[in-house]
Amino acid sequence: MTVAPDPSTRFADFAHPDRLVSTEWLQENLGTPGLVVVESSEDVLLYETGHIPGSVKIDWHTDLNDPVERDYIDGAAFAALVGGKGISRDSTVVIYGDKSNWWAAYALWVFTLFGHTDVRLLDGGRAKWQAEGRELTTERESATAVSYPVVERNDAPIRAYQSDVLEHFGNPLIDVRSPEEYNGTRTTAPAYPEEGALRAGHIPTAKSVPWALAAAEDGTFRSLDELNAIYRDSAGLTDGDNVIAYCRIGERSSHTWFVLTHLLGFEGVRNYDGSWTEWGSAVRVPIVRGSEPGVVPNR
Amino acid sequence: MTLSPGAGSTVSIPLPDSLAEIRDDFLALEIRTRLELLLEFSNELPELPDRYRDHPDLFERVEECQSPVFIFVEVDDEATVHLFATAPREAPTTRGFASILAQGLAGLSAEQVLAVPDDYPSDLGLTEAVSPLRIRGMTAMLGRIKRQVREKTAA
Repeated sequence: MTVAPDPSTRFADFAHPDRLVSTEWLQENLGTPGLVVVESSEDVLLYETGHIPGSVKIDWHTDLNDPVERDYIDGAAFAALVGGKGISRDSTVVIYGDKSNWWAAYALWVFTLFGHTDVRLLDGGRAKWQAEGRELTTERESATAVSYPVVERNDAPIRAYQSDVLEHFGNPLIDVRSPEEYNGTRTTAPAYPEEGALRAGHIPTAKSVPWALAAAEDGTFRSLDELNAIYRDSAGLTDGDNVIAYCRIGERSSHTWFVLTHLLGFEGVRNYDGSWTEWGSAVRVPIVRGSEPGVVPNR
Repeated sequence: MTLSPGAGSTVSIPLPDSLAEIRDDFLALEIRTRLELLLEFSNELPELPDRYRDHPDLFERVEECQSPVFIFVEVDDEATVHLFATAPREAPTTRGFASILAQGLAGLSAEQVLAVPDDYPSDLGLTEAVSPLRIRGMTAMLGRIKRQVREKTAA
């Protein structure tokens, strides 16, 4: 860890408090050697309208996704991307974004696929920074390129493929989409474009826990007690559970993956990024419609 | 998505100069610089005129867009189309899309608007810069504009 963690007591209850920083901490630490601030927002132009001074931009689609295959970029492309943004292997990376850090959490998860050790989220994200009247700049991104080693992605610990989900039945699945997507009324989030799933509903036995329940009004993460009430008391997760979370393309479930892994301390949580756009179009996979999770398929 | 097929998109009417110019301006730029032009459009989206500012009832939400954007189409006595759109500052990409259409369609006749190819947004060279998914929001916006024009000229 290059830059000492935010000592704020606000995060002390969480399993990995060093994964979050407050806006106050970031303000004080801007310019600290070894710290790189990254904006990763849903809106691809938001960075250009004004960003945290000194930050660089990484876009979930145009930077992190492979341009041809439906997969993430490989080790060489990741090294070129982040090295070009001034990030070295031992950098402390703080990611922030719009929409309660939804896409920032996705970027953090992709950094984790490459085993980048010290990557954190700005609690409350872009909206909180802005609401507090903190400085944003429209200066062009200027990073001095550094060398980042080519590290091959290690998907298995935190990423689930369709075949993994089929073998997972009997273990908890968390569907983080909207209730309408879960029960099969629609295949996309309200107000989101069609992404081509041919069938609607959810993966059998998945519990519905919309991702945004984990975020407070101001976009910060809810307290440990509140999160426990959502994920342990209501959704029934218990220590030792082997959990897979999914949504539509793996972005919203990255947010939930972050909560379960770094805030609640569940081990081995995986994000199924194929999610509904794969499952809902795959041939001969079981689907349940309606608001009940359904039973383990007999096959 | 409920995009109705564009009536009369079988090009007997050429693409209006305004739209052709916007397309050519984008295509003349490198992919990364196209984002800057989109941002310029975003900043140029006009405020709503006073007479429409307090009339959210008139506006239709473009459900396919990832951020709240609302449009309202007016067809005047000369059958000229006027597009009004509003989207928050926190959604610059969506504002940019609305602004391209507002500027590109300004002053066109209803007939010309209905003849704009439904896939015009895909021809701007923005697909790689902003992702195909985001472009779909703009396509949907155009579809809804054409539907409003059809409704308002049907009477």
